[in-house]
Amino acid sequence: MPDVKMAEAATKSTSAEVLSVSDLQAWYGESHILHGINFNVKAGEVVTLLGRNGAGKTTTLKSVMGIIGKRSGSIRFNNEEIIRASSDRIARMGIAFCPEERGIFASLDVRENLLLPPVVRSGGLSLDQIFELFPNLKERLNSQGTKLSGGEQQMLAIARILRTGARFLMLDEPTEGLAPVIIQQIGHTISRLKSEGFTILLVEQNFRFASTVADRYYIVEHGKVIDGFANAELSANMDKLHTYLGV
Amino acid sequence: MQALYAQLLVGLINGSFYALLSLGLAVIFGMLNIINFAHGALYMMGAFTAYFLLNLTGIGYWWALIIAPIVVGIFGMILERTMLQWLAGLDHLYGLLLTFGIALIVQGVFQNYFGSSGLPYAIPDYPQIGDWRGLQGGINLGFMFLPIYRGWVVIFSLVVCLATWFLIEKTQLGAYLRAATENPTLVRAFGINVPRMITLTYGLGVGLAALAGVLSAPINQVRPLMGADLIIVVFAVVVIGGMGSIMGSIITGFALGVIEGLTKYFYPEASNTVVFVLMVLVLLVKPTGLTGRAA
Repeated sequence: MPDVKMAEAATKSTSAEVLSVSDLQAWYGESHILHGINFNVKAGEVVTLLGRNGAGKTTTLKSVMGIIGKRSGSIRFNNEEIIRASSDRIARMGIAFCPEERGIFASLDVRENLLLPPVVRSGGLSLDQIFELFPNLKERLNSQGTKLSGGEQQMLAIARILRTGARFLMLDEPTEGLAPVIIQQIGHTISRLKSEGFTILLVEQNFRFASTVADRYYIVEHGKVIDGFANAELSANMDKLHTYLGV
Repeated sequence: MQALYAQLLVGLINGSFYALLSLGLAVIFGMLNIINFAHGALYMMGAFTAYFLLNLTGIGYWWALIIAPIVVGIFGMILERTMLQWLAGLDHLYGLLLTFGIALIVQGVFQNYFGSSGLPYAIPDYPQIGDWRGLQGGINLGFMFLPIYRGWVVIFSLVVCLATWFLIEKTQLGAYLRAATENPTLVRAFGINVPRMITLTYGLGVGLAALAGVLSAPINQVRPLMGADLIIVVFAVVVIGGMGSIMGSIITGFALGVIEGLTKYFYPEASNTVVFVLMVLVLLVKPTGLTGRAA
């Protein structure tokens, strides 16, 4: 019997790995940005990519999403290889992306922005649940998307991907340029999503914010993952982290 | 006064064609970022498709209104898949040159077989209900005589234009289109097949041109160069209205038709140039056009 249990545990641990990236290389035109990225994300985790500006964090997210033209290596999502898949297919497999620049559409009002991403599977949040998370949005439904404040735009950018039923979210610097009270609200949202079973891959410069929500960290530098540790090991790694991030 | 009303009606008719064509150009430009110089040739193909349907298969006007836009739309989608899609991200000039070349080839082929003179296409005389003979004949409105077919063209064009506006501005599909015009990469990353949407959009724009071609066949006859003559004016209309706006292109299309008609009554010598004079004025004052956005 113990053998069976062991085997079960083994399959569980591999199937629990939602995303596994190995030797990911990516190019913008002629410039080689990612030089072999390796990391994984397990079901229900919040994993944060840390690193300086230009280290390749955003490019990593975009590569997973399939919107970097030239990429090689392996990206497996739920044990399916997606390195060659088109981004619309990747989205339909259940990965949702919230870009750094937020990507709120100026020619659409808030309601249209919110309803834009198609539902890819059942189990997404209902509009009522979304308005419970972000009450501001409900009052601004008829405003033009880009007339919202920066914080509201960020909430809208997160809210619209929660509707789709995707259970794997990639958030690129969701706190950038926002007031502390709004950063707090986004932190609560991420914790809430985690407790509801979402898996989240986060890119952050704001490491203080990341430490309030993340389970694990990977350090990205010059297009490579150079280190990684769990949140519990954070204090032991503080000195290293300061060197990596230059803070 | 009779003459004034008659010229106003002519203006509204021309305005209908301007509106349908510039609307298609605006839709295509918004999504593909291509200035579709083949538009006039595709308009001509719409008229010829109606002509072929009638003379080769006996299929009449009413079916041609549906079939010709679909046939020409499919031809357009093949053009987009095989050629235009490779121009994405390049300068406007490439799209302009390619579509201009396509227009010359298409018009050349039709001229080779049909010369330059017009082929007749009759106003439909069915359905016949009581005294009505389809769209033939006219109604005396008291102040003027209105040929039924001309009234039909104006009203039907207006309905099609408004339906297209509604589709783009008020529906979920339209929201995809508008969003993809702004940021196609992100829309695709939400799970929408943007390349297919681009192909269908080109088909829609081209279909509108073909529809205008069918509408025009009974009025202007079916000629290989019917589109080449018209498209120059339509591009002036587009420049005046601005490329970006759907409603802007509809309103500008009808308005310039009417202005042209009024000029024919008040100062006929200028009627062929008034649109171009307006274009120059608009370019001097507001280079993005009256309703357009900066490129």
